[in-house]
Amino acid sequence: MKKSLARWGWLFTGPTLAAFIIGFIIPLVLGVYLSFTEFRTVTRSTWVGFDNYAKLIGDEIFLHSLWYTAAFAIVTTILINVFAFAIAYMLVKKFRGRNVFRSVFFMPNLIGGIVLGYIWLLLLNGILGFWARSITYDATYGFWGMVILMCWQQIGYMMVIYIAGLQSIPAELIEAAEMDGASRARSLRSVIIPLVMPSITVCTFLTITNGFKMFDQNLALTNGAPSRLSELLALNIFNTFYGRPGFEGVGQAKAVVFLLIVAVIALVQNRYARSKEAIA
Amino acid sequence: MMKRRMVTLVAAGIAVTAVMGALAGCSAGSDDSSAEGKVYYLNFKPEQAENWVALAAEYTKKTGVQVDVQTAASGTYETTLKSEMAKSNPPTLFQVNGPVGLATWGDYAADLSDSAIYEHLNDQSVALTGDDGEVLAIQYVQETYGIIYNKKLLNDYIALPDAAITSIDEIDNFDTLKAVAEGIQANKDALGVEGAFTSAGFDPSSDWRFKTHLANIPLYYQFKADGVTGQPATITDEYLDGYQRIFDLYINNSTTERTLLSSKTTEDANAEFALGKAVFYQTGTWAYNDIKGQAVADEDLGMLPIYIGADGEENQGLTTGSENYWAINNEVSEADQQATLDFLEWVITSDEGRDSLANTMGFVTPFDTFADYLPSNPFILADAAYTAAGKTAVTWNFTVMPSEEWKNGVGQALLQYAQETGDWAGVETAFVDGWASEYKLTNG
Repeated sequence: MKKSLARWGWLFTGPTLAAFIIGFIIPLVLGVYLSFTEFRTVTRSTWVGFDNYAKLIGDEIFLHSLWYTAAFAIVTTILINVFAFAIAYMLVKKFRGRNVFRSVFFMPNLIGGIVLGYIWLLLLNGILGFWARSITYDATYGFWGMVILMCWQQIGYMMVIYIAGLQSIPAELIEAAEMDGASRARSLRSVIIPLVMPSITVCTFLTITNGFKMFDQNLALTNGAPSRLSELLALNIFNTFYGRPGFEGVGQAKAVVFLLIVAVIALVQNRYARSKEAIA
Repeated sequence: MMKRRMVTLVAAGIAVTAVMGALAGCSAGSDDSSAEGKVYYLNFKPEQAENWVALAAEYTKKTGVQVDVQTAASGTYETTLKSEMAKSNPPTLFQVNGPVGLATWGDYAADLSDSAIYEHLNDQSVALTGDDGEVLAIQYVQETYGIIYNKKLLNDYIALPDAAITSIDEIDNFDTLKAVAEGIQANKDALGVEGAFTSAGFDPSSDWRFKTHLANIPLYYQFKADGVTGQPATITDEYLDGYQRIFDLYINNSTTERTLLSSKTTEDANAEFALGKAVFYQTGTWAYNDIKGQAVADEDLGMLPIYIGADGEENQGLTTGSENYWAINNEVSEADQQATLDFLEWVITSDEGRDSLANTMGFVTPFDTFADYLPSNPFILADAAYTAAGKTAVTWNFTVMPSEEWKNGVGQALLQYAQETGDWAGVETAFVDGWASEYKLTNG
């Protein structure tokens, strides 16, 4: 088996590895390089050193986006994980129509970001219309609109992961806890959650990074209105890149900073959650 | 053992073929550089997208030269151009919007001094030149905008007993326009319309009408009063009260509540006007294609100047100018550049090309080859009528607006004003202070 892998492994992983290098590693390296240059298109650039990074410091809109996005990521992570776990917990036991419920909760995840944003724009504006307002009235309307949208889209996906996690807990452990006199709540806290920790690690990681990276839905729902106050980081980077001639390098510098922030947060979260995992 | 080896070999063979197929697909794109050259036009105007594709197909049929036309969606031209230019197969023919666009793309523009399109210009001074006098971009269409109106509905209003005017010609200043608009809004049920003006939407497909086109009017008057030429480092708020007057008229006498404007699109406004639900619509000659053939007959289409209450506006004509300059990419092969020049020469000299530009697309061009091809677009005829009556056309000054960010700032301030979460002072700050800061940021 090992010999086969050594001989043919490169052939089968080759295409994926090539795609990964072309589609991920090269743009990453190119992006970091371009963040130190001034350019119009990615093929022609002039070196300017740390100028682009210096321009970030006074950029109030960027700092606002940063806090707004952090708040958004935290709120959605908490809401999505709590609801997804609760729904998964309810849909683990067998009852008639359980699969239908699971499919229905999962389906919103299949809709693409832009379409989803547009549909919710129509819905939310329709509801707000009763008070003669629209979603661009205030940045908090945009915030909660995006939170609702993100939860609606992601709860199903996380639910699937939690269901898998819950189903892998051996039934004997639950029974043993019951026999020892643990209440439902106690067994949830002390038995189920530690054993589901790997799923919690994965889901928190996914929701935090999704929250930071969100772009399509932001563009379709508010496009940053009013006055770029409901702009998340990705949209801010996009607008910096295209908003003024000569600021393409600044946009790239913001992207590098964004990468560092998300990488640090994700790694820290991952490390913490892994340390809490119990082994069954 | 033999069987297992066979299976492994076959599987490996399939995998290799799949990889080869994928890689072959990747490299096939860059192999077409034939000696003839080819043309790739990145079109700016979504309203004429199909027309250009049809014209290109005719050219290919005649000459065999491949012409590919792609169109960027409304408001996305710069972003699309940026990404297309970085590819191995960039556009050979693209567009810049004026001096500000040329500042970004000047390095990519080929010298057109020997080209047929430069020779055929009626007035060669309209072409944009570089620092050494080389011709970098050539205007190809002159457009006009103003407030288009439905003559039939306006005449219905005039027939009402409490009408403010007795004939359409009396609307030659802001106060009369205001009286008429408010009169129509008050009598909208009797006239069978939903409002005097169409919705002033702030969706990206429509907000350029207010942050760019409408903002041009106060800029024009201020530049005229202060003798400004070229791109000034700062501007004043001299005519911003006029800007507020006309904007208030748009949002208070419309088919839509002012607080619900943020998601209205250009399609909404087009539909409201074309289906006879509104009487006035601020747009230009390019919109004829989208409006014709529905509930409003051609002879019922007219265009008024945008009055803001400035002195002497009785002599103001429609707003005419150009934001559309052809430029040829100097990074593509000589064969491609020549093929593109030949294509453009054909477009402005052949019968099919001139018919398409003048009649199908409804363009007024600055080329002398179009003397027999005058468009039948009623908005262009309206502009000709105002010019013939001796009115002064308002020039297009938005080609010197410092950046997209400036326009976005003004647009957002206008939206906040409309939905009553901000005041007019915010618009003035974005307009005047924003200009100064954007100018500094983009010019060093």
